[in-house]
Amino acid sequence: MSMPTEYLKISGLHAFYGESHVLHGMNIVVNRGECVTLLGRNGAGRTTTLRAVLGLTGRRTGSITVNGEEVIGMATHKITRLGIGYCPEERGIYSSLSCEENLLLPPQVGSGGMSLDEIYTMFPNLAERRHSQGTRLSGGEQQMLAMARVLRTGAQLLLLDEISEGLAPVIVQRLAQIILHLKEKGFTILLVEQNFRFAAPLADRMYVVEHGQVAAEIHQHELEEKRGFLQEVLGV
Amino acid sequence: MTEIFGIPIQALMGQLVLGLVNGSFYAMLSLGLAVIFGMLNIINFAHGAMYMAGAFFAWMGLTYWGIGYWWALILVPLAVGVVGIVIERTMLRWLYQLDHLYGLLLTFGLALMIEGVFRYYYGASGLPYSIPEELTGAINLGFMFLPKYRAWVVVVSLVVCLATWFVIEKTKLGAYLRAATENPRLTQAFGVNVPLMVMLTYGFGVALAGLGGVLAAPAYAVSPLMGSNLIIVVFAVVVIGGMGSIMGSILTGLSLGVVEGLTKVFYAEASNTVVFVVMVIVLMIRPAGLFGKEK
Repeated sequence: MSMPTEYLKISGLHAFYGESHVLHGMNIVVNRGECVTLLGRNGAGRTTTLRAVLGLTGRRTGSITVNGEEVIGMATHKITRLGIGYCPEERGIYSSLSCEENLLLPPQVGSGGMSLDEIYTMFPNLAERRHSQGTRLSGGEQQMLAMARVLRTGAQLLLLDEISEGLAPVIVQRLAQIILHLKEKGFTILLVEQNFRFAAPLADRMYVVEHGQVAAEIHQHELEEKRGFLQEVLGV
Repeated sequence: MTEIFGIPIQALMGQLVLGLVNGSFYAMLSLGLAVIFGMLNIINFAHGAMYMAGAFFAWMGLTYWGIGYWWALILVPLAVGVVGIVIERTMLRWLYQLDHLYGLLLTFGLALMIEGVFRYYYGASGLPYSIPEELTGAINLGFMFLPKYRAWVVVVSLVVCLATWFVIEKTKLGAYLRAATENPRLTQAFGVNVPLMVMLTYGFGVALAGLGGVLAAPAYAVSPLMGSNLIIVVFAVVVIGGMGSIMGSILTGLSLGVVEGLTKVFYAEASNTVVFVVMVIVLMIRPAGLFGKEK
C-alpha cells in the first residue's frame, strides 16, 4: 500500500461545544512533510480545529482522515496513537508531575522518537530542571517542555497551538529554529499562530480562518503579493 | 501497677492498639475514597457497603464453600473489585460530567440497596467469623499483652496503604494516574486510555474496601450495618485530611483512630463524637483539610 501524501485531511468539518456551533465546514489538507499554518483572529476557530482532530470538542460531523484513516468517530487516545503529537495552547504542564515525569508521560505512538539524551541536548534547560515540579518552570521552559514532550513519542504529525505566545523574542527565535529542524527531519506540522512574523517564514502554506471556515489559502511564494490582504484580515 | 495520669498503662496501651486497629480501617477506606474522588470526581457513598460486602463474602466463602481466611484475603478483594467495575461501567460513567451531587446520590442509593439485600437474607444481628488459627492468642510485650490479630490488621493495612502511596507517587503507572486526575482530557489526547484507567481505579478503590471487610470480619461481627456505621466516620476522616491527598488520608485515618482510642480512656462519653469535633475545628482553621490544597 502506498502512503497517501495527504497526511491530514479535514473535509466539511463541523464542531460544537455544547450548543455553540464553532466550526462551519472546515476544509484543510496537510501533506506529508509539510508545515501548514492556520492564521486568523482570536475566536475564528483555529484552536477548535486542532482540538476537533483529537476529538476534544463536543459533537463533530464531517470527515477527518489521518494517514488515510477516518477518525471522526474514534476515541481520543486511539486517534493519538495513529502518530499525533499535541501541544495545547495552555501548554498543559502537569503540576502533580516533575519536569521529567511530564516529559516521559506521553506513551510512544510511533517509531523514531527522540531519546531523552537527544531531547536534553536540544533543550539543556530541561535537563537542569528535570526534578522540579512541572509548573515551577518559567513560561519559556514550560513551552520547551510541552514541545519536547511530543518529540519523544515518535509522533509524525505535530499539532502545535500558539507555541510562541507570551515568550521572549530570544525563545521565539529558538522555537523557530527547532521547527525548521523538525521540518528537515520530515515531520508534518500543523501550526496555529497569532504571531505572523514567527509563522510566515516557517510555513509552506497558510490557511486564513474566519468564522469557523477557511477564508483563503496562501502559498509561501504568494506572501508578498497578498501582504495587503493579510494585513486587512488579521490586523497585523 | 504503673499508671499514667491515674490510668493503668495496661488499659492505656490496650486502647491505643484498638485505636490503631480502627485507624487502620479508616486509613484503608479513606485512601480508596480519595483515589476514587480524584479520578472519577465521585463521592463514593457505596464505600461502606463494599466494605460490608467484603466481610460477608469472606463469611459466605467460609460457610458455603469452605474457603478459608487466607484465600479470602486474595479472592474477596478481587470479587468486590469486579462488582465495582460492573457498577462503574453500567452506572457511574454516565455521571462524570455532572455535579458531584448526582454521584453521591446514586452511590448512596446503591449502598442502601446492597445493605437491604444482606439485611433481608442475614438479619441485622451479626454473624461470627473466627480468627484464623495462626493469628489467635497474644504476644507478651512485657508491659502489655498484644493480641496477634490486632497487630496483624495494623501491619497489613500499613503495608497496603504505603504500597498504594508508592505506586501512585513513585511509578510510571502512578504518573499516568496523577496526570489523568489533574487533566483527563489532555492525558487522553497524549494517547493514554483514560476511560480504562478510570474503570480500574474504581475497581481498585472498592477492592481496598473489600480487603478492609475481610480484615474486619474476625475483629468485629459480620453485620449488614457494619459499613454504614463506619462510613460516616470515614467521611469525616476524608474531610479532615483533605479530599484527594493520598498520604493525608493514611496519616489522618491512623491518627484519628488513635485519638478516638485515647478519648475512650480519658473521657469515654466523648469517644463517639471526638472525630466530628476535630472535623469542626479543622474546617474552621483549614477549610481544605489538613493536607488539602486550597483552590
